[in-house]
Amino acid sequence: MVAVRLIPCLDVRDGRVVKGVRFRNHRDMGDIVDLAHRYRDAGADELVFYDISASPQKRSVDIAWVERVAEAIDIPFCVAGGIRDVETARAVLHAGADKISVNSPALERPALIGELADAFGSQCVVAGIDSIRENDRWRVRQYTGDPDNMVDPRRDTMSWAEEVQRLGAGEIVLNCMDADGVREGYDIEQLKTVRTTCKVPLIASGGAGSREHFLQAFREADVDGALAATVFHSGQIAIPELKDWLRGHGVVVRN
Amino acid sequence: MTIAVINSGGANLGSVQHALHRLGAESVLTTDAEVIRSADKVILPGVGAAAWAMNALNKAGLVEVIRGLTQPVLGICLGLQLMCESSEEGDVECLGLIPGRVRKLQVGKDLRLPHMGWNQVDWVGEDPLGQGLDGSEWFYFVHGYAAPVDHAVAISEHGQRFAAVVRRGNFAACQFHPEKSAGAGARILSNFLEA
Repeated sequence: MVAVRLIPCLDVRDGRVVKGVRFRNHRDMGDIVDLAHRYRDAGADELVFYDISASPQKRSVDIAWVERVAEAIDIPFCVAGGIRDVETARAVLHAGADKISVNSPALERPALIGELADAFGSQCVVAGIDSIRENDRWRVRQYTGDPDNMVDPRRDTMSWAEEVQRLGAGEIVLNCMDADGVREGYDIEQLKTVRTTCKVPLIASGGAGSREHFLQAFREADVDGALAATVFHSGQIAIPELKDWLRGHGVVVRN
Repeated sequence: MTIAVINSGGANLGSVQHALHRLGAESVLTTDAEVIRSADKVILPGVGAAAWAMNALNKAGLVEVIRGLTQPVLGICLGLQLMCESSEEGDVECLGLIPGRVRKLQVGKDLRLPHMGWNQVDWVGEDPLGQGLDGSEWFYFVHGYAAPVDHAVAISEHGQRFAAVVRRGNFAACQFHPEKSAGAGARILSNFLEA
């Protein structure tokens, strides 16, 4: 039986790992390869690197650190940040990334998802969705890496999640912005709602603060993976202990 | 020892070479028939669609070259599927080194496709690739199609049972990605290098 995935997310800016709260006030967390190694050894199932300054600056991800990571670690990793065409995606994948995640550029031009799926297969194409509650519904946000330039693309989260699947996305990372960085738990209600129409793997993102939050996401929202940054980077939750505890609660995790 | 990694055109071929490098083995990424024929070991990796990859091998004139190899050959992921007789994905004739047709995984409504993530395998036959592994290990899979279990030495399950590792003579292949499967994957690769 396939195991759920615990996925540390490393926000990258100028080649360093950083972390902010509600997408602001970024602090330096260390060197990319050092952190990648640490998480690989701790039993992380996958890593995600977001080049958070790429999309707002209208440039693509820096290939050099993708290569450094690929040389160093032997678990899958995904790269996101300003990938807006097939050629850039090819460079990132050839540098050693297993998947590419597209977010803002896919909102600029949804056909990008189909082009990437045709070129590399759906399994390589992750749709990242930044979602925020607006009155009684969830709405998508664009360019969230830079709060001053954040854009409302006027799209409903539910319909966008369905559209990216139709276009060929092989996985969805749903980042619930209201919960991000505040450690009060994943947005279970939103994840459950998206799960109802999500046929591809769904990854929860935003809000992990305790081991119970992970259990809740797997049990109640039936997500395939849970992404977290703050609790892992700070050492508040250690992956080996989290896995033991989840296993004790009947969740299938990798040893 | 020379190791040829066949450049089947898919993405992420570098990862296989990085993994070999971490084991102290250097390899060459190539479509050169002579380099492939004369290598001590050959790896056929692959990410992408079967029809597209067979087309690439045909164009490079490598179909008969691969069929004629007598040294140890390791297929990885799509490489396993290409070793079979045919694939439902694009309805294409494959290399025919392992009997059977590759079909889309049949999963219920509670399971996701592609089968993406870490899963375990059940070793049902003795094989050099499985040396030192007891079925408790986890391997990283990413695929939507799979080969039947008839010629499997290891079997995995996602909605249905499918071949995780196959073997016929000098040709062996794994559906998972050993280069992305942490310590367990490194063991598979070092078993291949030592066999």
